[in-house]
Amino acid sequence: MIRRTVTFFDERLHVSRFVRSSLDKVFPDHYAFLLGEIALYCFVVLVGTGIFLTFFFNASSTEVVYHGDYHPLVGATMSDAFRSTLDLSFSVRAGLVMRQVHHWAALVFIAAIVAHLCRVFFSGAFRKPRELNWMVGVTMLILAIFNGFSGYSLPDDLLSGTGLRIAFSIAQSIPLVGTWIAFLVFGGEFPSHRITGRLFVTHTLIVPALLVALISVHLAMVWRQKHTQFPGDGHREDTVEGPKLWPTYAMKSLGLFFATAAVLCLLGGLFQINPVWLYGPYHAAQVSSPAQPAWYMGWLEGALRLMPPWEIRAFGFEIPNPFFPAVLLAGVTFLGLYIWPFLEAWATGDRSVHHLLDRPRDHPFRSALGAGTLSFYAVLFFAASNDLVAKWLKVRVTIITALFRIAVFAVPAVVGFVTHRLLRALARSGAPRFSEMPRQALRKGFRPARPVDG
Amino acid sequence: MTERVPSGGIPRTPGLPHPPPPQPELQEQATAERSATRPIALALTVSMAASIGLGVVYALGGQVQLEGLLLFFALGGIAVGFIVWGQKLLPQGPYVQDRHALTSGVADQEETSETFEEGAESLERRRLLVRLLTGAFVALGAALVFPVRSLGSAPGSSLFRTAWRRGSRVIDENDRPVRPEDLDVGGVLTVFPAGNNGSADSQTLLIKLGAGEYRPKPGREDWAVGDVVAFSKVCPHAGCPVGLYEPDTHRLFCPCHQSVFNVLDACQPRSGPATRPLAQLPLTVDRDGYLVARSDYTEPIGPGFWDRDR
Repeated sequence: MIRRTVTFFDERLHVSRFVRSSLDKVFPDHYAFLLGEIALYCFVVLVGTGIFLTFFFNASSTEVVYHGDYHPLVGATMSDAFRSTLDLSFSVRAGLVMRQVHHWAALVFIAAIVAHLCRVFFSGAFRKPRELNWMVGVTMLILAIFNGFSGYSLPDDLLSGTGLRIAFSIAQSIPLVGTWIAFLVFGGEFPSHRITGRLFVTHTLIVPALLVALISVHLAMVWRQKHTQFPGDGHREDTVEGPKLWPTYAMKSLGLFFATAAVLCLLGGLFQINPVWLYGPYHAAQVSSPAQPAWYMGWLEGALRLMPPWEIRAFGFEIPNPFFPAVLLAGVTFLGLYIWPFLEAWATGDRSVHHLLDRPRDHPFRSALGAGTLSFYAVLFFAASNDLVAKWLKVRVTIITALFRIAVFAVPAVVGFVTHRLLRALARSGAPRFSEMPRQALRKGFRPARPVDG
Repeated sequence: MTERVPSGGIPRTPGLPHPPPPQPELQEQATAERSATRPIALALTVSMAASIGLGVVYALGGQVQLEGLLLFFALGGIAVGFIVWGQKLLPQGPYVQDRHALTSGVADQEETSETFEEGAESLERRRLLVRLLTGAFVALGAALVFPVRSLGSAPGSSLFRTAWRRGSRVIDENDRPVRPEDLDVGGVLTVFPAGNNGSADSQTLLIKLGAGEYRPKPGREDWAVGDVVAFSKVCPHAGCPVGLYEPDTHRLFCPCHQSVFNVLDACQPRSGPATRPLAQLPLTVDRDGYLVARSDYTEPIGPGFWDRDR
């Protein structure tokens, strides 16, 4: 059977040699290399559950009166989008589990991408010849965040409707073209009846198609360039070591797919997520409090909350306040990510090809910069809950905001400094890991550099 | 065990060895294999049982927690099966393969560039045509902008205006007109202009202050009716409804980004990211004693945009 299939295709497409070398292809095995695969498998789950959801969801802002199975909202006016989300959750058998698995998969998808990005950053895997694939990855991160946002905006509930209102205000804040951008994207002044339909097409067709294309490019480049590996165990720049694709690696990777799907189903079944029926349908004059966005929007929400009440006004023109924490910060963040491989190569003068990875200590400055930057976004993320923190601590929210405004600069500085000194100490001590490093080596790390250390 | 495979990858992986003479190592291996087979078999059986369970739960009407749990075991069983199988029963290597140099070499690069250049030169010889081609593309690009224009209405003056007009009756969310005496001191009510219930940009907060508490800005002395004042409910920061009112301190809170506005001070922002006060709606009463607007807001409501102060 296999023989006949191989012959059939080879006589038509000349594929035998390629397929054989592919089956024999060696993949380095390391748990940190699985993060990208987890993201990929989340995407597969997202597509599968998402297709199911499209069969029931109705992307329409037509006003209807609810007469469904969720009694507290019977008689309420709502958009057909919200009504169909309720029906999908309460009246379609297995609908709720599909919806919740989809939502959880989106949260884990972006988390896995960010973790994968961190692994690639801290191990220097973005260096030549992999700069292009780094940029493809950053593009996919942006698309994933965008699709997360557009997805949770679809049900037209009170929480996500407020999120869209903020998005409109952010678009509007762009100098010169902002009002036009906002009006063209939303189809008119907020709230436009067109936006739900547009979000639906973008969320279910345009962005997934782009992601499929970019995932293919991403994997093709890994295939072509072969995977990096960590130094040690006799690993060399000019070879690659590990199990072969067929059957060992394929078996393990399929196992990881099923494991990812299993965990997502457990989350979707047991842990309620985005209970839109508790928020209620969107009405422009209502708002839910406290209002928290999905985790991957937290840094932007936090930045909006921490920004002091400044804006630039001159000659009858202004740059509104949300421009700085939302548009500028997001722009700088992603631009910085895009150019980082080239920036580092320019700064270090290292333009050679690398297939062996760095350990974080091999490049204390890069690692410190990465850790500091991460902590900056982490502080912003927590600042998005400044009202909740204030409530728990029974302190006025203005005090919490003031503390966060200090922390957003102080924490990255401290984290960066400490990371740098710890890693330098570890590198100088030659110990294989922190737990085996002698204590005086730690002290040495914090002392000023001796001249020989350069 | 390390086996060197040429970069072409031609030699096949040898299958698991099956030599006839029994050796102690091989016996050990066989035992290890048998002990790996058992958990795989168990996991796959659990998976099958969970899938059957899923069918039963579905037939009985479905139940979200059970569905999640059973899906976990159905998928997780296969996951354990695959992973243990891959880890314990299949050749691990590590196998070593050469990396190919990624560059084709300077000669190839030169030749490729030359091929491009030669082609480009033969194209560039037709100067006029090249210019016309450029012109055609630019014109086509401009023509394709027009469908983009169809995506939405022009901003025009829509951000400068709301649905409030001179004489618009103030209605509440249930379309009832409002009299000043309908509010208690410290009371707050979300209102709209009649005919525009629910309007996003016209949503307005009606607040009844204590006697004599209203300290109008110059020129706004007659904008309140008694102690009832009206302010836009749209936050000038990012557009959320400023939904929380604290009557004791006369402060309005925006629940989205925690901007605070002082109602007694013409709704100036006190803290948070908001940079402007909430716009005030001039009020009066009609002959029947119902609240009406004197006019639209006298300034753009809501979040800023670049030519707001034009």
